[in-house]
Amino acid sequence: MLAVKKIRECFPIYKKHPRLVYLDSAATSLKPQPVLDKMNEYYGEYGVNIHRGVYELSFKATDEYDLAREKVARFINARTEEVVFTSNVTDALNKLALMYAKENIKAGDVVLTSELEHHSSLLPWMKICEEKKAGLRYIPLSEEGRITTENFKKALTDKVKVVALTYVSNVMGYRTPLEEIIPLAHENGSVVIVDAAQAVQHFRVDVKALDCDFLAFSGHKMLGPTGIGVLYGKKRHLKKLQPVFYGGDMNEDVYPDRVEIKEIPYCFEAGTPPIAEAIGLGRAIDFLEEIGLKNIEAHCRELYDYALAKLSGIEGFTLYNKNADIPIIALNIDGVHPHDAATCFEQDKVCIRSGHHCAQLVSRFLNCVGSLRASIYLYNDREDIDMFVGALVKTIELFRKLDGGQ
Amino acid sequence: MNLENLYRQVILDHYKNPRNKGLKGYPKVRIKNPSCGDDITVEAKVSEGLIEEINHEGSGCSICCSSASVLSETLGGKTTAKAEELIQKFYSMIKGEDEGDEELEEALVYQGVSQFPARIKCATLPWKALERLLKGDDDE
Repeated sequence: MLAVKKIRECFPIYKKHPRLVYLDSAATSLKPQPVLDKMNEYYGEYGVNIHRGVYELSFKATDEYDLAREKVARFINARTEEVVFTSNVTDALNKLALMYAKENIKAGDVVLTSELEHHSSLLPWMKICEEKKAGLRYIPLSEEGRITTENFKKALTDKVKVVALTYVSNVMGYRTPLEEIIPLAHENGSVVIVDAAQAVQHFRVDVKALDCDFLAFSGHKMLGPTGIGVLYGKKRHLKKLQPVFYGGDMNEDVYPDRVEIKEIPYCFEAGTPPIAEAIGLGRAIDFLEEIGLKNIEAHCRELYDYALAKLSGIEGFTLYNKNADIPIIALNIDGVHPHDAATCFEQDKVCIRSGHHCAQLVSRFLNCVGSLRASIYLYNDREDIDMFVGALVKTIELFRKLDGGQ
Repeated sequence: MNLENLYRQVILDHYKNPRNKGLKGYPKVRIKNPSCGDDITVEAKVSEGLIEEINHEGSGCSICCSSASVLSETLGGKTTAKAEELIQKFYSMIKGEDEGDEELEEALVYQGVSQFPARIKCATLPWKALERLLKGDDDE
């Protein structure tokens, strides 16, 4: 187990709310002080634009921004020029879909995806398939709700040009067997786009070893600020894409009738980027590395196992993912709408998510109106789990009592 | 009011046994809250400034669905002017700005929702639908 008391000292939100039981890190993580300090340092000490001035402050800002990109590249084992800063995963995946589809998707082609996708992985391709008269196909999920290699093989045809998949489901916490799927996709001539929003903060993601073509994640789920995301793409792919946004900073030469654009990744970063946020993300990566992803993984696993053991003795609820790979617990109290239940949890300051979690096809697959989701991260401890389970029991009892009309 | 009392009054009655549920084909407005799945349609038969009846249909949490049922009983039979006035009174009560006007009758029970800010949207959803309906919106 990690020394949670010490870790929490780094998260100022616990000073403001000492009783906070935060179990919604899959939506966004809390932010440690060093990240806030680093962003303040930018604003307070060298808060000017990058790639613009020839004065010292602008050089300093540019250096720090570039350094953040290097940190991201090292973190996922990419080359620096393969890391494009965006504002979040949604931005990254939408831009990519628009850029890639322009030259590479035509009528009759197929985009293969899954019902486990977050809307930001699914909807850009749904709209492109509509426009281009291409097919959108889903890998059938296993009974448990997983994407399996076997089912992927069955869904793969020579028409499949793009495979767009989540690395980890944000509702079920299942890890997609991309290590097996990607070589099969490549043999088939398909490119693979990975939504890693729920992956990078939990285990080491190595884009070279994985051999994915593109991969995206957000800073705010990995202790970084909101407003910064990353699009990774293999250099040979990125070089062939045409930007969808044009404007300041992304061009090299402008003539009355044409523009010559910058090299990758700068050609994809039109306008003033989220400078403070990129620098903050760089610091968040340092923070994660200082604690160690392996240690975080082990800590979260231990808490997850502890939670499941405690839940196993309780009746009156349905657990949807008892074998999650990432510490996410998805459940519903039988006969109780998830929003009604979440309000009860709030009474004990237990913050969990309720609803569709921006992945409505998962609710449809589970045949529920939405669900309750508790997600665990490095600042959680056994007490948080005890509070969560206690609130669950209280909620079950409350609604039982109401139902009985006592 | 604690949560148990709020739910006791709301759930036991209007959520489990909704009044005026089922649409009859009058002008209607549908509002959804995509984050939680509340999805309510409210219709009203209005004639010469009088709301003769209000019906509703949809699904969602107990606070939203029961609120649609309570709305149909509270504002059905009122003049449109009175209904518009009471809708505003409902909003200010639920935001915690006041204790709520007696004229809100059964809808006064939602005063307790003001203590659960995240649920205000659930309670007001059907009222927003009727408000839009009275302003002339019609989804048909």
